[in-house]
Amino acid sequence: MTPMLRTLCLALAALGLSAMPTLAQNGPLRIVIEEGVIEPLPFAAPGFLAENPSAAEFADQITRVVAADLAGTGLFREIPQSAHIARISNFDAPVSYADWKAINAQALVTGSVALGSDGRLNVKFRLFDVFSGQPMGDGLQFGGGSGNWRRIAHKVADQVYSRITGEGGYFDSRVVFVSESGPKDQRLKRLAIMDYDGANVQYLTDSSAIVLAPRFSPDGNRVLFTSYETGFPRIKMLDIASVTSQPLADLSGNMTFAPRFSPDGGTVIYSVEQGGNTDLYALALGSNQPVRLTNAPSIETAPSFSPDGSRVVFESDRSGTQQLYVMPVGGGEPTRISFGEGRYGTPVWSPRGDLIAFTKQNAGRFHIGVMRADGSEERLLTASFLDEGPTWAPNGRVIMFTRESAGAGGSAQLYSVDISGRNLRAVPTEGAASDPAWSPLLP
Amino acid sequence: MNKLSMILLLAGALGVSACNNPDRFGAGGADGAGGAGGGIMSAALGDPNDPNSPAYFNQTIGDTVRFAVDQSVLTPESQNVLAGQAQWMNQHPQYNAVVEGHADEQGTREYNIALGARRAAAVQEFLIAQGVSPARLRTVSYGKERPLAICSDEACYAQNRRAVTVITVGGGV
Repeated sequence: MTPMLRTLCLALAALGLSAMPTLAQNGPLRIVIEEGVIEPLPFAAPGFLAENPSAAEFADQITRVVAADLAGTGLFREIPQSAHIARISNFDAPVSYADWKAINAQALVTGSVALGSDGRLNVKFRLFDVFSGQPMGDGLQFGGGSGNWRRIAHKVADQVYSRITGEGGYFDSRVVFVSESGPKDQRLKRLAIMDYDGANVQYLTDSSAIVLAPRFSPDGNRVLFTSYETGFPRIKMLDIASVTSQPLADLSGNMTFAPRFSPDGGTVIYSVEQGGNTDLYALALGSNQPVRLTNAPSIETAPSFSPDGSRVVFESDRSGTQQLYVMPVGGGEPTRISFGEGRYGTPVWSPRGDLIAFTKQNAGRFHIGVMRADGSEERLLTASFLDEGPTWAPNGRVIMFTRESAGAGGSAQLYSVDISGRNLRAVPTEGAASDPAWSPLLP
Repeated sequence: MNKLSMILLLAGALGVSACNNPDRFGAGGADGAGGAGGGIMSAALGDPNDPNSPAYFNQTIGDTVRFAVDQSVLTPESQNVLAGQAQWMNQHPQYNAVVEGHADEQGTREYNIALGARRAAAVQEFLIAQGVSPARLRTVSYGKERPLAICSDEACYAQNRRAVTVITVGGGV
């Protein structure tokens, strides 16, 4: 483990972010923990070199996206290029560590970009631990069409993030969400998809019918959502590549909502309303034979699978108020896991399996929080007039959710926060937005 | 049926889509207060003093009942309104109804859909108990998606926790 990695692990461990043991301080520590706030790790990202003139604009933009990805985590701080002493003029030349040490850069990211006559980009990068004077891992190169330059930049940043934190990356991912417009009593809603950072927005439905709560398939190619296009809430499944959708199954006569895929993508679990009572059902895709999982006079909704597919967490008001329960995937006696004050809803199992994110209402406020799968170690990450609907980044370290402001002019906005409650930030979208669902890491 | 024919004609002229649209008479109580669009619709709905008109059902009897926070219990006042609705429906078999359940914004999206469904079902059950054929009634929940009043305090929330009986022309349900 390099000193840089050790430093960050120390910071993460102090925040309860990692199960790694706290290591004794040695080597050049540069992260200072004060009142639970870590000092972000300083890095330098000198402009990636353009190997040919036509690559210059891409090289500049890719450098900016890599730096923005890293700085956006709150774990890293970019040292502006104006403060750099050294200049990188050759991607393969030895690095003058002293010059980077002098400006206190702990990590150095260098890169080069070539644009072929076929329109394909080739992007190389290297990562250096400045204070130990060594490369961190081997250099890597990514190739792809120039239209994918942002994705290539995200892949570079994912590599840097992973090598320094020891966690999986999450930058090369997408978010499907509900784009909102119009007044509060006549809100127009349509499905949209974008990169995790708000770039490359594409609309997937028009706004002729209310649409709610999209959810990705595990392969990221399909989206389940609830649509009112029949006049009644019904689950539909949309193929992203062809932007076509169809009803999940012929479940006539009922309202169906709150769908979610199983981890293997073969089953959908969802809520069905009949005669005022809402219960959970599972449907194997390709069949028209739903299996009833709960049978209670209370509301059972918002189901989410454990990543190993063996259990389901959901919300129920069987105790009198909304609370969280876990049951075996085939149904059976649920175990209540939420016992704090207030009401708990919209549980979502982390892709790492360790935590369950939820919405909590208490004393007139809404919170996004996380707890262990057995309900222990509850911590609230946010508080506002109305926060709801968490979704996990592919690495299980960051949560995105909907924050709605109060009043006649209130509107919804996407926010993200890490699982320590740090780095709360608005996700940029063109207009109002709600109900985010984070994709898996793209291949 | 002259009045009904006129309604359909007007609805067609206004570009309101045909059968199966639960909003065909203007989302129930949404136009009852006589807003800008409400004026146009109430002309089409007939005279609220004419006991055979949809306007009479919507405004004179009342198409909306309200609920307490997180509840789907019908108050005595609500039961009086619903008894009037049932009587009217029993006297006007050419109409069916979609009961819309709604919730205020103080709840998560999916729970509110389930809660709105409970409220709509409570109304449906009451109307059935009063003799309205189950075949003439459907329910839909909008959760918190279609508030009537848009402020963020109890004055508005109380109006939004509601079930609206939207009458439709027979055969359309």
